Amino acid sequence: MRRRIVCNFDVCIGCRLCEVYCITSHSRFPHDVLKAFKLDGQRPVPRVTVEEEGVLSFSVSCRHCQEPECTKSCLTGALQLDAELGIIKVEEERCIGCWTCVVACPYGAIRPSPGERKVAVKCDLCGGTGEVPACVANCPNEALRMEVWVEEG
Amino acid sequence: MAITMKTASYKIIRDHDRCIECLVCVRQCSNGVHRWDEDYMCLVSDEAECVNCHRCVVFCPTQALNVVASPLDFKTNANWRKPDIEQIYLQAETGGTLLVGMGNDRPYPVYWDHLLLNASQVTNPSIDPLREPVELKTFIGRKPDTVHFGSEGVEGEFPPQLELDVPVMFSAMSFGSISLNAQKSLARAAVETGIYWNCGEGGLHPEVRPYADRAVVQVASGRFGVSVDYLKSGAAIEIKIGQGAKPGIGGHLPGEKVGPEVSRTRMIPLGTDAISPAPHHDIYSIEDLRQLIFSLKEATEYAKPVGVKIAAVHNVAAIASGSVRAGADFLVIDGFRGGTGAAPLRIRDNIGIPIELALAAVDSRLREEGIRNTVSLVVAGGIRNSADVVKAIALGADAVYIGTAALIALGCHMCQKCYQGKCNWGIATTNPYLTKRVNPEVGARRAANLIRAWAHEIKEMLGGMGINAIESLRGNRLHLRGIGLGPKELEILQVKAAGE
Amino acid sequence: MVVREGLARIPAGCAVAGIVDRRRQAMKADGIVTMISLMHDRSNGLGGGFAVYGCYSDMSDYYAFHLFYESSSAQTETEQFMSIYFKVEQKEPIPVRKNGLQKHAPRIWRYFVKPKVSEINEQDLSEEEYIIKTVMSINRDIPGAFVASSGKNMGAFKAVGYPEDVADFYRLEEYQGYLWLAHGRFPTNTPGWWGGAHPFTLLDWSVVHNGEISSYGANRRYLEMFGYHCGLQTDTEAITYLLDLLVRKHRLPLLTALNIFAAPFWEEIGRMDPERQRLWKVLRSVYGSALLNGPFSIIVGCSHGLIAMNDRIKLRPLVAAVNTEKVYVASEEAAIRAVCRQPDRLWTPAGGEPVLAWVEHQTSKHGSSSLCDGLVREVS
Repeated sequence: MRRRIVCNFDVCIGCRLCEVYCITSHSRFPHDVLKAFKLDGQRPVPRVTVEEEGVLSFSVSCRHCQEPECTKSCLTGALQLDAELGIIKVEEERCIGCWTCVVACPYGAIRPSPGERKVAVKCDLCGGTGEVPACVANCPNEALRMEVWVEEG
Repeated sequence: MAITMKTASYKIIRDHDRCIECLVCVRQCSNGVHRWDEDYMCLVSDEAECVNCHRCVVFCPTQALNVVASPLDFKTNANWRKPDIEQIYLQAETGGTLLVGMGNDRPYPVYWDHLLLNASQVTNPSIDPLREPVELKTFIGRKPDTVHFGSEGVEGEFPPQLELDVPVMFSAMSFGSISLNAQKSLARAAVETGIYWNCGEGGLHPEVRPYADRAVVQVASGRFGVSVDYLKSGAAIEIKIGQGAKPGIGGHLPGEKVGPEVSRTRMIPLGTDAISPAPHHDIYSIEDLRQLIFSLKEATEYAKPVGVKIAAVHNVAAIASGSVRAGADFLVIDGFRGGTGAAPLRIRDNIGIPIELALAAVDSRLREEGIRNTVSLVVAGGIRNSADVVKAIALGADAVYIGTAALIALGCHMCQKCYQGKCNWGIATTNPYLTKRVNPEVGARRAANLIRAWAHEIKEMLGGMGINAIESLRGNRLHLRGIGLGPKELEILQVKAAGE
Repeated sequence: MVVREGLARIPAGCAVAGIVDRRRQAMKADGIVTMISLMHDRSNGLGGGFAVYGCYSDMSDYYAFHLFYESSSAQTETEQFMSIYFKVEQKEPIPVRKNGLQKHAPRIWRYFVKPKVSEINEQDLSEEEYIIKTVMSINRDIPGAFVASSGKNMGAFKAVGYPEDVADFYRLEEYQGYLWLAHGRFPTNTPGWWGGAHPFTLLDWSVVHNGEISSYGANRRYLEMFGYHCGLQTDTEAITYLLDLLVRKHRLPLLTALNIFAAPFWEEIGRMDPERQRLWKVLRSVYGSALLNGPFSIIVGCSHGLIAMNDRIKLRPLVAAVNTEKVYVASEEAAIRAVCRQPDRLWTPAGGEPVLAWVEHQTSKHGSSSLCDGLVREVS
């Protein structure tokens, strides 16, 4: 069983609220947008990005690929498939901040951390504990949804 | 260019302590009100463009925004009010007719608010809809006066009917006037809740064809989208003679809104204005109406009810009677508060009469003539809630059409700028960037919820009156009392005063 | 101020009772009087009455008109009017006993009449329509005159008072009939008018009823479309006219008409076979305005027998019993047990399920629809 967030670009309206709520969810104040933006000195980078061109817009985050480039490229094995959660996870203690994965990800879904501590930042489905990720829960047009899929083969 | 004399109508209040500069407001406003200023490095607002649609307010994740009416006013003058003066500025600048969207917003009396409903006490019991059935099923179509029984049961063919689970339908809103997503939302909600939707004079887009067996297809003066396939695909046909928002005039969908999809659906060239003439040019009299009714019946092999929609005007009762005699299976009366995508302001605000009075007059007239039972009566124009529905049925309607209320369910915030094609809620626009804002799945759910909620409330009100089938309320004006009405109004409504 | 019936709508609770002998054997009044008197508390002294069929067997070819007059001028005017349209065979005051009710009584007269054939032909009406038209003209157009009943070999005896006092007042012990109906009324305010008491009659029909129909306004406006003038503003009047419209004018089978009054729910219709589903879709959509909504129990008498029925969710009481050839119906079981301690069968009819008790050798001219079989319970 694998999980990821999918975006219905027919109804993604490019509001970028997914980014706002992603930042909030990964801040010191995961349930308070205002505090997350005003009080968290180390504001997190969003793990989801809205891509836009003309009318088209869609929200991109880690695809939790079946054959991920990131895990293959990771020098230390910090990026691994968490079989229990069904997602690709960064083990922060093992990440050395070499950014190989950032370069390797074909979706641009991994970003460098902004602070002094160098860690690859990517979608973790808000902890991956089965709760609805913040971007999905707060998408005003229900363009985002969590997809549970079964690996092929 | 000389300076415009019209000042901003609204004032935008941004609480900078709450603003997180996420720019959601900038992206959501199709009027370009909000802007990130690179020099000031902060958000600024151009209030002159604001239409008070609340999109930015609702979408702001930190409630940092508010829009209020501009406090700027002219010297107090009971005669020359702010809009009166500003409208002159606008016309002096443009030389044009003033356009508006949605229904009449003038402070004319809302008679629904002057009617009170009855409830059972002691002498008969009220019915609890949670425990016992309360039936809302309604049939729209022509009915014979009586039923003849032969050896094989009921004799003769029974005229075709629309079967409604709730006596509410979505009124005519064409693809073009509203977005395909908005129309799709209503169509799906209608299918889900066992009611009908009306495609308006805009044809049936292939994407809403799957919902056509719950569609009333409209034939209006422009004949847009009309083909035999179109006529046959709907559940009923409605000939639109008039519209409550703009009696006496036709429609105009500007060429800018006629993109490839609208062009294909309406069967008109890309980018051309879609102009519905004021009259049908084949209906200059009541006998012509009869011919069109029967032409449409012939074309559809008498398998579908054919109705006539007229605006509520002074002699509405006589016109209604004539239309029944011309062969209409159902009549739609649209009151002066009925909405529209675009109407000249003077027409919207000054022509027609309230639906409550029109309905009372039509129902009474048809009863006096002994033909009320043969026809179905649907009313429209400013139905806001389930109590309005119940009152309409008690006054004599079989069902109501809702347009504005349905759009509000989809998110409309009543800024009344539908005619600009820049609807920030993605409803009254064909701009693909904006139409995405109505997710048909969400829209269908919201519109269906509205119908279900009203159905619950209607059942509760009926049960309170000790009625367990909607037909026992139809025309049952004894369950109404007037409050704050004059004797003439009570006489027209044929309703007793509260306390009587 | 005394509110006269017709000037206001007066909600009322009631006691109803009926007996029929299916062999047409004459019964004295004591049975029905016992039944209705037992339910004394269901009325409040503001209305009581009886209808009896078979009471004028010597004059059974004549229409028996019972009239109330509030003045001598009303009587003069009515008699003049009647002499134009009828051959009056016999006229007399209805004998009464002075037991207190006479204080507020109108003049009470009866007439045995035959319509003038020339007039019927002139007006191109059926005899029934002619009678109805005449009765309605008197009630509506002659101030102070009211026709209490106008059928053949039947009569209505009603007053403002408790039913047992009404029976005593009219000396009902002197009458016999094969079918009796009785009514005791509990109006919520005070109609002081005798014409407003029940039973309500029209032609051969007489109706007693307990209920307050929430659909009254819809039923009434529907009837008005077909020329009925609901002057009394009572449910009973509306029900009687609806029966007349559906059965006599529209020629619907009687059972169908009754089923229209207490139509099955859509849910129930959904479980029927397709043919009956279609029938009900037609009936409910055409006759929706004839649905009697809200609480009622009703007993209808006519020369063919007796019909009793509840509203479709049984909001008012109604009990029926059979003992050999007699059929009893009443608001309360106790009323039946008071005159027939151990009936062969006693039951509580379900909501909307008519009880039909036809008299012998006279099958209903209204017929019955095979499609409706099973929806009703015919007493056998």
